[in-house]
Amino acid sequence: MSTTTHQWPLWEVFVRSKNGLAHKHVGSLHAPDSEMALKNARDVYTRRSEGISIWVVPSAAITASSPDEKDPLFAPSDDKVYRHPTFYDIPDEVGHM
Amino acid sequence: MGETHSLEDRFQAFVEAENKVEPKHWMPDGYRKTLVRQISQHAHSEIVGMLPEANWITRAPSLRAKLILLAKVQDEAGHGLYLYSAAETLGTSRDQMIDDLHSGKAKYSSIFNYPTLTWADMGAIGWLVDGAAIANQVMLCRTSYGPYSRAMVRICKEESFHQRQGFEIMMHLAKGTPEQKAMAQDALNRWWWPSIMMFGPSDDQSPNSAQSMKWRIKRKSNDELRQEFIDKTVPQAEFIGLTIPDPDLRWNEETGHYDFGTINWTEFFDVIAGNGPCNAERLAARQKAHDEGAWVREAAAAYAAKQASRSARRPAQTHAA
Amino acid sequence: MKWDTCDPKTAYVLHLADDALILGQRLSAWCGHGPILEQDIALTNVALDLIGLARQYYGYAAELIGDGCTENDLAFFRDSRAFTNHLLCEQPNGHWGDTLARQFFFDTFHFFQLEALQQSSDERLRHIAAKAIKETSYHAQFSAEWIIRMGDGTEESRSKITQSLRHFAPFALELFIPAQVDAAAHDLGFGPDVSVLESDWKEKIQSILTIATLSPLEWGFPKKGGKSGVHSEHHGYILAEMQSLARAYPDATW
Repeated sequence: MSTTTHQWPLWEVFVRSKNGLAHKHVGSLHAPDSEMALKNARDVYTRRSEGISIWVVPSAAITASSPDEKDPLFAPSDDKVYRHPTFYDIPDEVGHM
Repeated sequence: MGETHSLEDRFQAFVEAENKVEPKHWMPDGYRKTLVRQISQHAHSEIVGMLPEANWITRAPSLRAKLILLAKVQDEAGHGLYLYSAAETLGTSRDQMIDDLHSGKAKYSSIFNYPTLTWADMGAIGWLVDGAAIANQVMLCRTSYGPYSRAMVRICKEESFHQRQGFEIMMHLAKGTPEQKAMAQDALNRWWWPSIMMFGPSDDQSPNSAQSMKWRIKRKSNDELRQEFIDKTVPQAEFIGLTIPDPDLRWNEETGHYDFGTINWTEFFDVIAGNGPCNAERLAARQKAHDEGAWVREAAAAYAAKQASRSARRPAQTHAA
Repeated sequence: MKWDTCDPKTAYVLHLADDALILGQRLSAWCGHGPILEQDIALTNVALDLIGLARQYYGYAAELIGDGCTENDLAFFRDSRAFTNHLLCEQPNGHWGDTLARQFFFDTFHFFQLEALQQSSDERLRHIAAKAIKETSYHAQFSAEWIIRMGDGTEESRSKITQSLRHFAPFALELFIPAQVDAAAHDLGFGPDVSVLESDWKEKIQSILTIATLSPLEWGFPKKGGKSGVHSEHHGYILAEMQSLARAYPDATW
């Protein structure tokens, strides 16, 4: 059986380190739902009490701009939304990719 | 500029100008493959590396030591997680990487295939193994791939306590009862050579090294890092009165470095090939945790799916603030 | 041994310490073996909090005993019969559902216990409890979240968690049956009457089981004895492992 069938989705984690500062992207994690994602974000990214407020966002909900033509690493063929693997829905029957 | 230069040329100029490559940038396939291999190998090392130390959590000799060791092994889980996340930005899923670990396709640091036999091994691992890892990680904070570099910065911040913790254990043992000192020396004897092998084969035998340096993935060669580590560690051993198990080790005035004995690379390659003392146990433990966790992961996924279909029938939620 | 004859307050503090240490010790064995990294880290946080709490209680007990007694003397050099942790805390980890069912019962109790300890006549206990209740409320949420996910997850998880909850229910009842150690603490005003906590506890447990779509529990015949130092056979092995190194080198400092 393919283990990807039940892979928990990826979440991006943003932490406000102190009042007055904006939330900053600190990394990502896998969680089954938003409540668990929030709890895990607290455990994983604030183990040394680095934060007072946490946001979690499903990575799949992020729309990212592409590098524009002025960017030295712009490639016209590169129109992928984002490179995280979980962006691409692969039917289970296909198996591992 | 532009049209006359190939993307490869532009990429090379980009990294040579000390720019960071980000997930959506164009990058050579080889660069992507090298990074996925290296980052996932690094992540696997953190996760497999939890096992030899976790072996002693339940036997730690004081409450303070138990808490510190537990926190340290937990940090390693966190580091593995940061690294898997960095590798995922390159288009390989964590599940895929974990499958590759379990199938033996992916490697991890061979040092974690040695057994932890006494409490002093907790000291030796923190001091030597983490010390060697830190030397590598400090260099990788400046690696050319943005997500990898950011993960490394985070890891380095957290890692500094690990080496101190290990050195503190060794120091207490070395200054303790005769049995404790003997325990410390025995651990140093067993962990020294595997630790200096951690930097990998010499540069002339390391096929990917030159290309990695060219792409600014690595910034220093295996031999350079090994030498730095030895130069830093020998005085520390002297300070706590332990003897490094290398009769050829001596200070070289001319080079300003320590000369050291010949590394037994046959042993290194044997362990990598799966013939180390604990290879089978380590992989079996990881596989078991993964397999026995399958129903747990499925349960939470099933619950989330039910909740999603329930909330789809309810009005939308409030704003984040 | 100087702690065998300790006064009711010290005995009670040791009882609180033993629960935290033995359960923390059990949980710490999960580290490196969890179902997924994120959950491994989360459960280890609970273990860290419990062992940290045990240190505060043992430290206090050591002060009460005096005579150079240390937290490590109390954790590593007492024998099984001197430990007064609840039987629930020493039960084996089993699978994730077993561990979380045990944790769900204990965390929920622990929360009410710490809430009550804030009315203790002892200032130090009030202080320790005030800090620990924040962590414990997080633990209780975490274990409840998992009961809900396993109960309302797959057929397999539902069947597993149902069995786990049934298995631990009789052990949970000991939490609310006073033994000498907590009865004396109540008489002297240090600790709550644990029998009073039972109805709130059962109500909370039931409310989570309802969300988890699980049927109400049949509690069965109480399994008790831990609070009086009469443990299950597991206890001796926990101590054999935990205390082995400290006892092998009794003169060493680490």
